[in-house]
Amino acid sequence: MSKPRVAIFDFACCEGCQLQIVNLEEEILNLLDIIQPVEWREAMSEQSTEYDIAIIEGSITRAEDEERLKKIRERAKILIALGACATIGGVNKLKNLFPLQDVREIVYAKHADMPHLNTMATKAVDEVVKVDYKVHGCPIDKREFTYILRCLVLGEKPVVPSFPVCVECKKNGNICRFEYNEICLGPITRAGCGAKCPSNGAWCFGCRGLVDNPNVNAAKDVMDTYGKTVDDLKAKILLFNFEQEQVNG
Amino acid sequence: MAKINIDVHHVTRVEGHGNIRVRANDGTIEEVQWQVPEAPRFFEAMVRGRSFEDIQTIVSRICGICSVTHSLAATKAVEEALGVEISEQTDILRILMHYGEQLESHSLHVGYLVAPDLLGQKSVVPLAASHPDVVKTIIKIHRLSNEWMELIGGRMTHPVTIKPGGFSKLPKEKELRDLKNRLTDIIGDLHILADVVLSLVDKLPDFKRDTEYIALKQPELYTFYHGNIASTDTPKVVDIHQFESVANEYVTPHSTAKWTKWHRESYAVGALARFNINGDLLLPEAKKTAGKFGLSKGTCNPYMNNVAQVVECVQVVEHSLELLDKLLSKGIVPEIPKVEPKAGEGVGCVEAPRGILFHRYAFNGKGECIRANICIPTNQNHANIQKDFEAIVPQILDQGQDQIRLLLEMLVRAYDPCISCSTHYLDVEFV
Repeated sequence: MSKPRVAIFDFACCEGCQLQIVNLEEEILNLLDIIQPVEWREAMSEQSTEYDIAIIEGSITRAEDEERLKKIRERAKILIALGACATIGGVNKLKNLFPLQDVREIVYAKHADMPHLNTMATKAVDEVVKVDYKVHGCPIDKREFTYILRCLVLGEKPVVPSFPVCVECKKNGNICRFEYNEICLGPITRAGCGAKCPSNGAWCFGCRGLVDNPNVNAAKDVMDTYGKTVDDLKAKILLFNFEQEQVNG
Repeated sequence: MAKINIDVHHVTRVEGHGNIRVRANDGTIEEVQWQVPEAPRFFEAMVRGRSFEDIQTIVSRICGICSVTHSLAATKAVEEALGVEISEQTDILRILMHYGEQLESHSLHVGYLVAPDLLGQKSVVPLAASHPDVVKTIIKIHRLSNEWMELIGGRMTHPVTIKPGGFSKLPKEKELRDLKNRLTDIIGDLHILADVVLSLVDKLPDFKRDTEYIALKQPELYTFYHGNIASTDTPKVVDIHQFESVANEYVTPHSTAKWTKWHRESYAVGALARFNINGDLLLPEAKKTAGKFGLSKGTCNPYMNNVAQVVECVQVVEHSLELLDKLLSKGIVPEIPKVEPKAGEGVGCVEAPRGILFHRYAFNGKGECIRANICIPTNQNHANIQKDFEAIVPQILDQGQDQIRLLLEMLVRAYDPCISCSTHYLDVEFV
């Protein structure tokens, strides 16, 4: 079997998820045994328009980005959204809280109307094209990335956790962040990160997106128990999950 | 002379997207342009209304490669705004993780992004086959720097332990002793890396352009973290709170990133700028490394930024060993940061691997951000890249289109630009 051709493309983001691929270090060399990278602008000068798997990092903020993404989708057999900007819009969606003209003027003042400074409301990749697989997180977990890629090469369906971060947090033996009078999104956020933030003394800010069918009632009970309001919760959710919080609120 | 038409959309092996355009006809240059057509992500607008305790989480996402630097600049600014004092232990641990990022970014840049040019390859992928020992050394350094940041920051990219007032989790003394052993060991590998770069240094073009360099300056220390703003054009330093009067940001039609200028039409920041300001303060091993290359203050060949990065790799490890000794001699004391919201304004300034970085925030009485201004190192280099282009193109015009293209791409790479830091834009013609 020939190795699948893989291309990585970046849209609006910090490129930190690509960096996690670099951070695989020697493991990248093992991946090269099973895939053939044909385009990866941040790391390679080689380029190609023929690929089997397209990996999309970043969110979509301009009409021309949408067109470019659609072309990539047409060429790719499988399309993977890489990281929170691509899977849920991530912090880039905070922009959508404000009128676009206001956002432009805050940054560019009197130059705000120059055409090359145009922007549109931030979209996740699946708001523009069909996404076959998502690698969640900000940044992604590099082991989950290689797991998903290996599954695809083997023709298997990767299994991504559909339970909340609390499960992994409990397993790590952490004291609940609510006990520290903090608001933690663990109860409604998709696990798979190993509860990295709570295990480092911080609250979960929901970068892996909401778990499928989040148990909103249970989350409300937790908020009640610790004297927090739903508005407190929403203010934290919108950091990475703007719009989801409106749908589920 | 032949017609030259270079149109590089999205220079590869750099962070973010930039374009190079050069047109010349019969020896006459018609156009030389460094374009940054990136649509910004509007962080200064997005942080408005967010709590002081969420600022670091948001602005860390300005850049994956310098997330620690952005996190620290923001946290310093938040702490000043809220009147928060931190312990010496917190300060040292933050400097240590900041050094981890300098080593990570520099080794990534020199090893993965620049080395292929010097060894005649298109990327590190074929390099792994042609020069396995070099790649192995780079991987060892890069892995260590990442695990170093993870130890203190909780993970490699977008640290989670940095909180206003201190850390949410402290490393254990044993872990710091292990880190010290690994850092002691890595100095040998850094000398190997330096020798590899030294053996290839004649591949860096011999180009000079008198330039204003700007970096942080602190008495008696080659600083990345504290100090005031210094320029090679003036002996007087400027307080970081006046950074807007240094950067003088402006908008140009060919760039969505703002450009900057101080005493001249452009200035440069980054490893070479730091070296040109603070080079006499290097520690012994780093000084020895600079000596190998004959690197001296006043160097104004932008390609030598890569060499200055190699020197800084040694410097940050050497200084970290001193800081670890200091930390371990006192032991790690548990601290729980406690910060109350309060109205105020603050500035944080640190050196990112690619140059000086400024953050300013103002908060209302509830601790919600009401205003932000962030000035990114790569923005400060854009105008200088353009001026370098204008100076070098006439000198290399007879070298043919492919060579001109390569030298200009190498020049952009030498600055180690981090374009998505400031803005982000994509060009549809590229697909």
